[in-house]
Amino acid sequence: MGPLIPNGILTGNWDFVIALLLGIAFGFVLEASGFSSSRNLAGVFYGYNFVVLRVFFTAVIVAMVGLLYFDYFGWLEMDKIFILPTYLTPMITGSVIMGFGFIIGGFCPGTSYTAIAIGKLDALVFTGGLFLGIFLFSEAFPLFQDFYYSGDMGSPTITDMLGISAQWIAFAFVVIALAAFWITWVIEKRVRKNITPYKF
Amino acid sequence: MKKHKIKNYPHYINPYFGGLLLGILIIITVYITGRGLGASGAVKSAVVTSVDVVSSSHAEESAFYSKFISDDHSPMYNWLVFESFGIFIGGLLSGAIFGRIKKFRVEHSPKITSKTRLIGAAVGGILFGFGSQFGRGCTSGAALSGTATFSFGGMIVMFGIFGTGYAVAYFFRKLWI
Repeated sequence: MGPLIPNGILTGNWDFVIALLLGIAFGFVLEASGFSSSRNLAGVFYGYNFVVLRVFFTAVIVAMVGLLYFDYFGWLEMDKIFILPTYLTPMITGSVIMGFGFIIGGFCPGTSYTAIAIGKLDALVFTGGLFLGIFLFSEAFPLFQDFYYSGDMGSPTITDMLGISAQWIAFAFVVIALAAFWITWVIEKRVRKNITPYKF
Repeated sequence: MKKHKIKNYPHYINPYFGGLLLGILIIITVYITGRGLGASGAVKSAVVTSVDVVSSSHAEESAFYSKFISDDHSPMYNWLVFESFGIFIGGLLSGAIFGRIKKFRVEHSPKITSKTRLIGAAVGGILFGFGSQFGRGCTSGAALSGTATFSFGGMIVMFGIFGTGYAVAYFFRKLWI
């Protein structure tokens, strides 16, 4: 039966009410997990706080396994859900630029909204930067329009590309995530011995 | 250092529990809407709207802005704009419940000044905004929701962001540690 909106089960003006409610839940979980602090977020790159890795990987494996079960029980038609398209070279380039943005700015877009909510001015400036960055991109778009559309591979899934079934991919992610949780737990304990705890 | 020495120790929820909630939220979102969560799209809508208001002809002629302009409604009348407004409200709610809403402040490592932190935040924001357009989404839309829905591109963006972060973390360590 699902997805509800694309299948016409939920229609009309509920879209934006649902968007608002899902957003509220998203923002609540981000803030409650500590993503409203750039120092918590940056910790994942220096070994003193792996909260990003824990939340992110747990969410990915829960969602992957959950979606497979929804598919298995026939609750969700997987071929009707949106698969993010792949434009290989521009997406690699974009993610490298975002990586620099993350380590220099200390936030990503969603987390900066929650940090503004609790009064962080650095998050407000970061969001202003987002606006400016997207504006600069849009104005300069004719310069790299060809590059932007290059490497178009359609919307392949990981299964399409690697030839491994979705079940095994989800399983691999679970194993890697559990290993990463354990390794980072050991690293974090060691690093924290040599670092002054920070106040908020 | 022991925990009791730290004043104002923040009460965060267990990160694995937070991840579990976030994972369930992604499943619910996909189940209802057929796609995942996002964040950078809302800022893009704000950019398109602003340009459209300032110079409508410029927006219509542009190969980029014109993709997001329609005659029947404003670019702000968009799913991601409402969702991102929700992210802000959700942050406000959580901040209120856990007592983290305080007066306006700049959070930074004691080794750098507020000014340095704000410059970093601005530069980082510009780069993130710019990169998110090539990446077809940011950490929420591409890396998290993309990977969770088994998109190959989403996984590439996830590895790209975090891989780059680790690769260059050393050079920016003075900003954080």
